[in-house]
Amino acid sequence: MVYIARWRIILVLLVSLAGIWFALPNFFSKKDIQSWPSFFYNEQVNLGLDLQGGSSILLEVDLKNVIKEYLSATVDEMRRSFRKEKIGYVGLGNNNKEIHFSLRNIDDQDTVKKLLKKLMGQDAVIDIGQNGKVTAQISDDTRKERLKMAISQSIEIVRRRIDEMGTKEPSIQQQGQDRILIQLPGVDDPGQVKNLLGKTAKLTFRLVHPQNSSSTVKSRVPLGAELIPSDEKGRGSTSHYIIQKRVDVSGEMLVDAQPTFDQNGQPAVSFSLDAKGARRFADVTRKNIGRPFAIILDNKVISAPVIQSEIPSGSGIITGNFSTAEAKDLSILLRAGALPAPLDVLEERTVGPDLGADSIEAGKMATVVAIIAVLVFMLLFYGPVFGIAANAALVMNLVLLFAALSLIGATLTLPGIAGIALTLGMAVDANVLIYERIKEEVSLGQAPMSAISVGYARAMGTIVDSNVTTLIGAALLYQFGTGPVKGFAVTLSIGILISMFTAISLTRVIVLWWMKAKGSTSELPLIK
Amino acid sequence: MFKGIRILPRQTKINFVKLRFMTYLISSIFVFGSITTYFIKGLNYGIDFRGGVMMEVRTSEPADLSDMRTQLGSLGLGDIALQEYGSPQDVLIRVEQQNGGEKAQMAAVQLIKDTLGTEIEYRRVESVGPKVGEELVSNSIQAILWALVAMLIYIWFRFEWQFGLCAIVALAHDAFAILGLYAVFGLEFNLTAIVGILITIGYSINDTVVIYDRIRENLRKYKKKPVLEIINKSINETLTRTILTSSSTLLALFSLYFFGGEVIANYSLPILVGVAVGTYSSIFLAAPLLLSFKLKVRKDEDPDMPDFNKIGAEKAAKS
Repeated sequence: MVYIARWRIILVLLVSLAGIWFALPNFFSKKDIQSWPSFFYNEQVNLGLDLQGGSSILLEVDLKNVIKEYLSATVDEMRRSFRKEKIGYVGLGNNNKEIHFSLRNIDDQDTVKKLLKKLMGQDAVIDIGQNGKVTAQISDDTRKERLKMAISQSIEIVRRRIDEMGTKEPSIQQQGQDRILIQLPGVDDPGQVKNLLGKTAKLTFRLVHPQNSSSTVKSRVPLGAELIPSDEKGRGSTSHYIIQKRVDVSGEMLVDAQPTFDQNGQPAVSFSLDAKGARRFADVTRKNIGRPFAIILDNKVISAPVIQSEIPSGSGIITGNFSTAEAKDLSILLRAGALPAPLDVLEERTVGPDLGADSIEAGKMATVVAIIAVLVFMLLFYGPVFGIAANAALVMNLVLLFAALSLIGATLTLPGIAGIALTLGMAVDANVLIYERIKEEVSLGQAPMSAISVGYARAMGTIVDSNVTTLIGAALLYQFGTGPVKGFAVTLSIGILISMFTAISLTRVIVLWWMKAKGSTSELPLIK
Repeated sequence: MFKGIRILPRQTKINFVKLRFMTYLISSIFVFGSITTYFIKGLNYGIDFRGGVMMEVRTSEPADLSDMRTQLGSLGLGDIALQEYGSPQDVLIRVEQQNGGEKAQMAAVQLIKDTLGTEIEYRRVESVGPKVGEELVSNSIQAILWALVAMLIYIWFRFEWQFGLCAIVALAHDAFAILGLYAVFGLEFNLTAIVGILITIGYSINDTVVIYDRIRENLRKYKKKPVLEIINKSINETLTRTILTSSSTLLALFSLYFFGGEVIANYSLPILVGVAVGTYSSIFLAAPLLLSFKLKVRKDEDPDMPDFNKIGAEKAAKS
């Protein structure tokens, strides 16, 4: 009597049915699936952009700029505090790494130390020499914290900008320390996206300095002001403005921005400010009627209209010779907020929808041919019983692989398809190892049933050792590899685990069933 | 009832180990040849590594390559290579890495698009900056090295250190063979090549461990037999399996190569070569190399490995 443990049959059946259930949607088109009853599982495996078409953009956050901006903001702050505390100093500045200046009076050093710690953090590294020379650096921890914040903030802003554009199913992920990977399925020209991401969109409203009037004396910039290039198109006669350094209203105070048209029918952007912004805006406009008020985006003057009257409402419009599209983009940028640092495009890959579809078609075709070839091959060398068992395992392998990929939400890419070929090879290998071992046991004179059980037991040792070695390799590839290497490691690992399962359980149940039907002493249908 | 075809005589007794000096020589020549070609010719790095722009475009009528070449050549973007890709309507355009970093690169893409116009279908546009390429090289090499080290440790742990060392030598041989393939034929070395090397390593280590497993088993089974004989016997005993597995894998890969379209074919080629080389190195390098060491069987035997002497004795007692 051939005994097959009941739990083994149940396990095999359950896993196989679950596999089919979860893999099923992959064998139908999206349209077909929509008409299925809702209790059916209807998720398909995610296809990589190389298969479904779309754009991927790899951005780098310019971190050097983050620290630079932070230091120059701190220097400004210090200047203000020193004036308040009446501390004398010379040569205050920063070299993008540390802030340095000299004290007029060495007795101020304790006050200065306290002040610096307040501005740059308690753990800042401050050195005050006997001659009054001061250098101050932020600590590594603060630095790391700043950079980390800059990255997460950048990702947030990038997400908001892309969402505003209405791209469907974008994926935005951090990659490594300072990278952001954006994947946009279905986008075949990433030009507009790159335009939107290429701007930091730092908006400030600042008064134009009174000395701006004559455009000739711009070589000498007065204290507390700076020279800013003009971005006014067409009508602008001046190339630069002298602008007060003091920021009256800034982009963070915006609550909304929308594209609109000014009274002349020109595209413009309307904005509204929060309570604090509105109060400041009202103050400035009341006190400076008749003076030009510059609107500055990313260190370029968009326009500098003359204040006609007090604006108490905290809302207004920005004009600046925009096209309709530019006005729309600017309003998106303003709504989404400013990036903490500029972004550089490191890499850009776009696959048109047709090429993706062609790749899928060819990939399907090739996989089907490959499977049929291997199925025939196995039947030829192992005969109907063992051949069919091996082939059932092989097909189940693919089904389970797809089920696993859709359940864990993995993404199938072209290298992944190549990985599937290797998985097929491994699945075949497990069965070949077992069958060859059974043959050996038979030729050593074992009875059929014990040849089967000894064959399985001994082949398992080999299968485990060889597969665990490969799994370890795959784990390390996942840990240290990037992008496609990682994806390949995932497909391979899942494939190995599944092939071990099918080889141990599925083929065994099928072979044992046959033995049960034929009687345990009948000769094995396997060539000796 | 049909029981399947026999591919080999029941018990082959091929003296693989005797051939070892010949195969060592052949492999050394190959590896040495790969390395010299690599140093003399270098690899034909694709844009994934070197940076640059690659575009696959489809024209509505068979493309006039020379006309496109003159159009694009006058843009001052440096080396531009055009090539028919799969069909006369498909053209692959490669532009070298632009001076001036990532921004110049993106500008070049735009310039080409403006020049060729909108009537052309842009099937694929890839633009990779220099930074990413450099990192990809170091990253991939690092990943592969760590994977090798981890496998070495596992094999050491499960077998003996000699097995681990010989397996890694054979794997390095396989990796160099793939590198050689790219260097000698000047194929474009891209991410596809890295994936090819990875799959080759994965396949080859599997193959090697299967043979090692049998060698370990036979070392325990026949304590008196010379190691050379044991290695030979183990290779022969696993030969049918080796042939069946590698030929079915190759069969699958050939299908991908011939029916998978241009891109999948690019992936399959290095794997095809890799599987063949991996099978060869498992039999002719990894196993015979063990002879260079004095192998000993571990005293604390694996609990999951049956003691064959005992089984034989029990059987004898029963009958």
